[in-house]
Amino acid sequence: MNFLRVSKIVFGSVAVFFLLAPLFAILPLAFTNSAFLNYPIPGYSTRWFEELLTAEVWRRSIINSLIIGCGTTLLATVLGTLGALGLRGTQLSPVFSFIKTVFLLPMVVPAVVLGVGMQLMFARYGLANSYLGVIIAHTVVGVPFVVVNVLTVLQGSDRRLEQAAASLGAAPYVVLGKITLPLALPGIVSGAVFAFATSLDEVVLTLFVAGPNQRTLARQMFSTIRENISPAIAAAAFLFIVGTTLIAIALNLSVRVSQRGSRQ
Amino acid sequence: MSVLFRKQMVSLALVAPLLLFLIVFFAFPLFTMMKSAVSDPVATQALPASTNALSDWDRSSSPTSEMSAAFVEDLRQINDDQLFGDLVRRLNSAKAGFRTLITKTRTAVKATAGPIDLTAVDKRWADNSYWQVIAIATSSTITDRNLLAAVDLERNSSGAIDTIPAGASANRTILIRTFTMALAVTAACILIGFPFAMIAASVEGWRRQLLLGAVLLPLWTSLLVRTAAWFILLQDTGLINSTLMFLGLTTEPVSLIFNRVGVVIAMTHVLLPFMVLPIFSVLVGIPKTLMPAAASLGAHPVRAFLAVLLPLALRGVISGSLLVFMSALGYYITPALIGGAKDQMISSVIAYYATGAANWGMAGALGLVLLVATLLLYVVYLRLSAERELKP
Repeated sequence: MNFLRVSKIVFGSVAVFFLLAPLFAILPLAFTNSAFLNYPIPGYSTRWFEELLTAEVWRRSIINSLIIGCGTTLLATVLGTLGALGLRGTQLSPVFSFIKTVFLLPMVVPAVVLGVGMQLMFARYGLANSYLGVIIAHTVVGVPFVVVNVLTVLQGSDRRLEQAAASLGAAPYVVLGKITLPLALPGIVSGAVFAFATSLDEVVLTLFVAGPNQRTLARQMFSTIRENISPAIAAAAFLFIVGTTLIAIALNLSVRVSQRGSRQ
Repeated sequence: MSVLFRKQMVSLALVAPLLLFLIVFFAFPLFTMMKSAVSDPVATQALPASTNALSDWDRSSSPTSEMSAAFVEDLRQINDDQLFGDLVRRLNSAKAGFRTLITKTRTAVKATAGPIDLTAVDKRWADNSYWQVIAIATSSTITDRNLLAAVDLERNSSGAIDTIPAGASANRTILIRTFTMALAVTAACILIGFPFAMIAASVEGWRRQLLLGAVLLPLWTSLLVRTAAWFILLQDTGLINSTLMFLGLTTEPVSLIFNRVGVVIAMTHVLLPFMVLPIFSVLVGIPKTLMPAAASLGAHPVRAFLAVLLPLALRGVISGSLLVFMSALGYYITPALIGGAKDQMISSVIAYYATGAANWGMAGALGLVLLVATLLLYVVYLRLSAERELKP
């Protein structure tokens, strides 16, 4: 019995270490002053962050990632929220359960397969090597997260609130604006964060549809790891982790504040 | 009835924008890719007169003068160098030697305006087999050539399906490698994930939070960041090797990067959450009284585990395995960055055909193989989770 307990603790600790160690190992390297992405760290400096902000390739890729990330978030959130509103309460109909499966399919299809198809099609319709093309590609893989998040929140919310508002004479668009959307807000926000994070991290589709002018931060990191690995990777990774965490925290706070406001 | 109908219409109107978006930008690209795998329009486009003239030929008698006249006419008409290049590539891939033959013939044809004797230009034109290739290429705009080549098959001169001679193509090797690597990653995920989920389900409070947090945190972290982290850890002068050497376990760095070991380690780390979470959600649903009950009936813990817990948890293990295996099949980034040339999976080969070799037919055919395998696994996964919802 005691042996079981000890082996549980040992195995659990080793597994937790395996899961977390890589994430924590990369962060301190962002502050190295050496030219090598390796331990031991000879001294600390912010030179690699300066490199990110001053070197043209990195600066440009950060700006591109922000442009494409914002475009993707907007498009995916609008389309995904509408889709989720349409899917709620229609679980029984086979048509809608099929549509739901279709909405989630982009998460399943291998990115390389989708990338080949998009490259062929986008080249034919003038979408290749354009910001719009990259935003569309990222939206396709980001939108399932919005659908899932909004749908989960909507299914957990009380439909009688909307029925009460309607029975009190509120027009459908008033019910939507004053009741349904505020109820769905936490799901919409987390869906938006997911869509942004997906766009930020997307490499494969970007490889296929983006031109040199749409090089994103993730794409730049990918080729840097491949060609000439430098601590700028760790600095970019640091920005990635800090950036997504901050956005998630900020949006969650704003949801809480707005919900408290609407309750009062 | 009309209220229900109206509701359905409103729902349909709400899902319509996303549905249209996905049809245009998700389904249509996939369709384009599949079409490129089977479409073969180059020869018909470039050689319209020959297409006509060769359609009546029985492919065994010697080439007629109409055929060579039509072919000469077609060659004269091709002014688009891109089209000509595509034609040369298409014919040369079916029979080696066509590149020099066609280029030589084109120069000769362009030099004179009147009829020309092809066998005088090159005596290979008296050889039936070159004409057969042109006849096959112009006979249809659809081909199964790429799909067969994706699994190392080809049609021989009589049209029967045959295996490609050993060493000519590596597609089957790549397919087998992709499956074995995905299997290895799945097995590693079960070995780590199953005990991990059992421990997480057996403890409570902060311990469970910590264990689940350790699974969820990597899931939220960028895939690139995680792959970069493994790159740093696994390199010859990385933390793992310096620790091993410090401990005196090895005197020379163990090579962990740019080989199979590194790819499996990094992919296991990336995909482990997809194994742990389904198993965990099944395990927490099992009543806590079952194991003590088995023990009180005299079952040894090992027997109780095998006879009670394992069968109940198996559904979670299968769901998790399907998810991991399915994702591993299509992996691109991790093998591309951590693996060496001999660890590239099917995705890398597809990317090579598409971006490197501009061979859309092969990219599409291999893509189709990967797509079908993934979707089949996904259907099985959906069936399993639907059954679980029906039987609470």
